[in-house]
Amino acid sequence: MTVLEQRGAYRPSPPPAWQPRMDPAPLLPDAEPYRVLGTEAAAGADPDLLRRLHAQLVRGRRYNTQATALTKQGRLAVYPSSTGQEACEIAAALALEERDWLFPSYRDTLAVVARGVDPVEALTLLRGDWHTGYDPYAHRVAPLSTPLATQLPHAVGLAHAARLKGDDVVALAMVGDGGTSEGDFHEALNFAAVWQAPVVFLVQNNGFAISVPLAKQTAAPSLAHKAVGYGMPGRLVDGNDAAAVHEVLTDAVRHARAGGGPTLIEAVTYRIDAHTNADDATRYRGDAEVEAWRAHDPVRLLETELTERGLIDAAGLEAVRGDAEAMAADLRARMNQDPGLDPMDLFDHVYAETTAQLREQRDLLRAELAAEQDGPDPQEGDRR
Amino acid sequence: MTTVAVKPATMAQALTRAMRDAMAADPAVHVLGEDVGTLGGVFRVTDGLAKEFGEDRCTDTPLAEAGILGAAVGMAMYGLRPVVEMQFDAFAYPAFEQLVSHVSRMRNRTRGRMPLPITVRIPYGGGIGGVEHHSDSSEAYYMATPGLHVVTPATVADAYGLLRRAIASDDPVVFLEPKRLYWSKNTWNPEEPAEVEPIGRAVVRRTGRSATLITYGPSVPVCLEAAEAARAEGWDLEVVDLRSLVPFDDETVCASVRRTGRAVVVHESTGFGGPGGEIAARITERCFHHLEAPVLRVAGFDLPYPPPMLERHHLPGVDRVLDAVARLQWEAEG
Repeated sequence: MTVLEQRGAYRPSPPPAWQPRMDPAPLLPDAEPYRVLGTEAAAGADPDLLRRLHAQLVRGRRYNTQATALTKQGRLAVYPSSTGQEACEIAAALALEERDWLFPSYRDTLAVVARGVDPVEALTLLRGDWHTGYDPYAHRVAPLSTPLATQLPHAVGLAHAARLKGDDVVALAMVGDGGTSEGDFHEALNFAAVWQAPVVFLVQNNGFAISVPLAKQTAAPSLAHKAVGYGMPGRLVDGNDAAAVHEVLTDAVRHARAGGGPTLIEAVTYRIDAHTNADDATRYRGDAEVEAWRAHDPVRLLETELTERGLIDAAGLEAVRGDAEAMAADLRARMNQDPGLDPMDLFDHVYAETTAQLREQRDLLRAELAAEQDGPDPQEGDRR
Repeated sequence: MTTVAVKPATMAQALTRAMRDAMAADPAVHVLGEDVGTLGGVFRVTDGLAKEFGEDRCTDTPLAEAGILGAAVGMAMYGLRPVVEMQFDAFAYPAFEQLVSHVSRMRNRTRGRMPLPITVRIPYGGGIGGVEHHSDSSEAYYMATPGLHVVTPATVADAYGLLRRAIASDDPVVFLEPKRLYWSKNTWNPEEPAEVEPIGRAVVRRTGRSATLITYGPSVPVCLEAAEAARAEGWDLEVVDLRSLVPFDDETVCASVRRTGRAVVVHESTGFGGPGGEIAARITERCFHHLEAPVLRVAGFDLPYPPPMLERHHLPGVDRVLDAVARLQWEAEG
């Protein structure tokens, strides 16, 4: 007879020494996304910051339309537009100090440019002349990551290493709503929380992972709710409100820098354009939804705040638009230039020291190129 | 430098010593993985490192291989030299995406601006009675990924020397540790460890005239034993230990095959799509006119690694190697 079979002998008891590690309540996000523009909180915002954000957002919008136009001219292989998401991209990047690092995904070109990377170099991956055009160390921007969420553990490792070295460097890691389903998202958040690494995770929830809506992506109450499972605070912010994004990100960066560990931020936004120029968004969403989000446009929200409060005048707006046009013209002109590729580059950066096998293959290509330059061999027809 | 035998040391001890010396020599070297700290690794290869260098230098991580290797990428970006332990061959598969999508190509992607000096230590191979997922030979996957070095020691001295080389390398190195040789001993002086040649050099372990056995890692002792046994049959076998699968030492391999005219490639991993096919093709392309017989392969069967009670039937042993050698009498068979 076992213990369980002895009537009255078994007394259920709690598992030994179990207690919750912490009260999860402070980690939970607010029910509504945090907003600043159009609310009382806007009065407390720094006017210079708002003007700076506005100028960058207008440039960012123009960059998106210019890059999309370049795909139609065949100058870019593909462009994943961030129109509608400019506030997340730019306000987040501007919350970083120079010594901090950005870990972008493939849609985050505007954040990369906001860090100071040359607009043409930021497009190298999408143009197809090389994978990463910029020096990651020059502006502390990791290469644009095409695989989803795999750059997040890199951000954790870098932030952890910086802290071990005694540097107060923070890493900002960007990911989309679809990326939160990937295993690397989970592992990165878990590592960051266990190590108390100074990382800020920013999820730009733009509603769709290509065609799949958020409801088919996750059953969580919100993506920010996922934070509590790792033991870090989750924050929900209106991703189209540049002032709110900047404030929430700045708080999280400060918290991380002070040794408080990571934060998960969900910025609720919307992708106005299709996934890329190769995608047909009408197959999975209706015009009414897109129009509703157009009415909540990040550039217009900020512009309205600035004009209504007299922080910018017509001449100021004109200057901002002129600056964006000049940037677009420069981008257009430079993207129309031949990138001047050297095929020998193919072999130079596989290993620190080129292997014997790669040296042989390099010689083969060099001979092929030389033959191309000499033109077709007049004897070749006869030999065949 | 002559190596004097003070006391026999095991391969596992040599690997520990290599990490310890590398950590002492360079504060950038960090060891991380599951169980590497307090426990000293399930094979005790990281034994004592956390105690000597602190938990920041030898870190017990959460149980997540992609996270471990992904974090190592970020650490390497910031100037550290992470040495990652993957515990068992098949446990490394969750980290495969990090390895092939990032670790192997970060140098290339950034035109040389962001090299990643990461060493990924993976205990591999069978013969220790491990249950499923504890005995895979996964080297072909890693060999097929440009940007990675793939090395595997077969002797105690090489275990030390190659691991020091791997940690010092500015490129990512997949360091495959033949776990069935962890406890093999030989006369290696841990107080005065010998250097080995740079990664990419094979070594002739035994000279011979009638045929070459080309092998690496756990199959090296098998081939040396087969070479001894073959003497009775009148075969004088040369044994080449590759040590490095990437880069591949065509020079040493071809020089040997040109001398002997016959070659057998021996390894544990599957024959189909395995390293032996690549090696046989390279020999045929370079040494065809020197060959007296086709290049043969002795490999594991083309099946998922078998349960431990059957693994002896799967693993290439001395008899299977000798059978292949007998088949090299190509001309005689006509």
